[in-house]
Amino acid sequence: MRWLLLKDLQILRRSPLQAFLLVAYPVLIAVLVGFAISRSPDKPRVAFLNEVPANSRVSVGTRELPKIGVGDRICKRVECVYVEDREEAAEEVRSGDVLAALILPADLVDRINSLSTPSPLTPEVEVIVNEEDPVKASLVNDRINSLLTQANLVIARQIAAEGGKFLGLVLDGGQFEVLGQTIQILGLANSAKILEAVRPVLPPGGLRDSVDEVIQFTTLARNNLDTAAPLLARLTQPIAVDKQVVNTSTPPLEVFAIAVAATFTLAFVTVLLVAGSLALEREENAFPRLTRGLVSPSSLLTEKVALGVGVGLLVTLLMLGGLAFFVPLHWSRFGLWLLAIVAGGAALGAAGAALGAAAREVRAVSLLAFMVTLPVAFLSLIPSGTVGPALYDVIKVIAALFPFKPALQAMTGALDPAGPSIGGALLHLGILIVAYGLLARLALRRFSAV
Amino acid sequence: MDAGTGTGVAVLEARKVIKRFGEREALRGVEFEASAGELVAVIGPNGAGKTTLLSILAGISKPDEGEVHVPEGEVGWVPQQAALYRRLTVEENLLLFARLEKHPDPHASCKEMLELTGLGERRGEIVARLSGGNQQRINIAIGLLARPSVLLLDEPSVGLDPRQRARLWEFVSALAAERGTTVIFSTHDIQEAERYGKRLLVLADGEALFDGSADGLRGAVREEAPEAASQDFETAFVAFLHHRGH
Repeated sequence: MRWLLLKDLQILRRSPLQAFLLVAYPVLIAVLVGFAISRSPDKPRVAFLNEVPANSRVSVGTRELPKIGVGDRICKRVECVYVEDREEAAEEVRSGDVLAALILPADLVDRINSLSTPSPLTPEVEVIVNEEDPVKASLVNDRINSLLTQANLVIARQIAAEGGKFLGLVLDGGQFEVLGQTIQILGLANSAKILEAVRPVLPPGGLRDSVDEVIQFTTLARNNLDTAAPLLARLTQPIAVDKQVVNTSTPPLEVFAIAVAATFTLAFVTVLLVAGSLALEREENAFPRLTRGLVSPSSLLTEKVALGVGVGLLVTLLMLGGLAFFVPLHWSRFGLWLLAIVAGGAALGAAGAALGAAAREVRAVSLLAFMVTLPVAFLSLIPSGTVGPALYDVIKVIAALFPFKPALQAMTGALDPAGPSIGGALLHLGILIVAYGLLARLALRRFSAV
Repeated sequence: MDAGTGTGVAVLEARKVIKRFGEREALRGVEFEASAGELVAVIGPNGAGKTTLLSILAGISKPDEGEVHVPEGEVGWVPQQAALYRRLTVEENLLLFARLEKHPDPHASCKEMLELTGLGERRGEIVARLSGGNQQRINIAIGLLARPSVLLLDEPSVGLDPRQRARLWEFVSALAAERGTTVIFSTHDIQEAERYGKRLLVLADGEALFDGSADGLRGAVREEAPEAASQDFETAFVAFLHHRGH
């Protein structure tokens, strides 16, 4: 078998483009994934135009609120690219230099202030987006909605806080600034005290009864308005989130991204190489000659899978080595990496052997390998809950029949120190190795047809 | 021993061999034997069953009925299309198969085959860059690596120019004459069969119509299709087939 392996490696060496792609592909993927993970824009770039006059303040009644600084708050959450006018903002978005443009129009504060008047206007901010593709559009919408929710929350909290102060004045009395004048507010509590002091000197009936009614009202109003202030505060965020995590084995995003990239690489290299080299034996007419007592068909299959595992291991390790420049990897788990790559590679190689034996021609095999591997890999990445339950069940079955998903699970578990055991995934891969090995062996019978 | 006439001792036998592909019978009770050092040409029109017979003798496919007796492990098989790796060099191909044949000294076997094929100077060349004739010589050399007592060649001269064909047959005839190798080859070329085959086996629609020398075939043609007897051998052969209902 080693001589056949040597022969396949010699053939691989004689195909410079193929050999180059085998090396260049993982390096390229490693660099791209590495940059994507390590330089992920946690602060998206947003063009920002603030047309609100600098001295404008949101007011409640006749009282102006302290400067909220919505613009400053927004620019803490995104990377603001300050622009001079709308045209510049639109151009920044069009060119793709920024994700979106946010414009606070000059009348924004006036419109907010109008909310407490008999003729309220809806405050609006202007957003310019470039929805060149649906994924980007969805991302921009989510970001903008999140930003505006945050801004609304800040304003609502300020208003609620000011409203609470007014309620305090009504309840307990105090000083109130209006038009530069300080006004003393008596408050319900003090009013009740005064009335209770006056009441004994009033003759029974008539006026005393009326004073009793006023005292009763002030007591009732105080007791109920006491709850109004915290209620007002709660209105700004009536529902809080208490997140309970039921599956604690979810790997960190960067680990999952690395595992996906590594498994994709392993899958394509192994499936294509094994399927292609097996089909080549037939195209070169060598299969009948080899299996006339020199090598058994099972040994030939084993050799092809070993070739795929060997090259897949090398290429995947090369990719992980490249990624290590960008993201810290747990080299102490190297043994588990090897186990995951070898088991995953063997199962993918066995699937490649079945494809190669079934398709028999190198070109047909290459096409078939792409047609099978790519959609199954994508199906394997669809999370539960994103499609209907019946469809997800179908996807789960398809994903379980091809080695990509268990290979990904094994790889993720091997890369993530906090991840689950890879035992289940290895068992799954073991079953698939046997199943695809048998399929390949059966399909090889057609190879012998002269 | 005359080149290709054999010793008279049968080294290979096929008895009442039947092979079916679905409903179609590709071989219908073919009987055949060959002795050591014999050069036998299997001729016949397309679909006659030539390749099927050779592949059964080679052990690549099994007959549905009948018996085949060949010296175990001593049958070399050279398929019609060169069965070698075109991206490897001449030497790498020979070394690979010598190793797979478990030769004690693969390099010595490789050297011997390079001398035999006259390709020693081109040992380092990628096979894909060689002419069809030279590829066929390597193809045969690989078949000879097992040092077979029987060599089966399926249309070995297809695609070769006259000079390459002449060199090929010189090489094959020498195998039979000098090594005592039994050579059985199939061909479409009647002149080639007449010239190099010391015995001719005529197949048509899976039936063996004739088994004997070229002169014997001419005699049969004279007897069964006298109007074609004075024509060239190919025309006479076609008339013979026609007379036999093929």
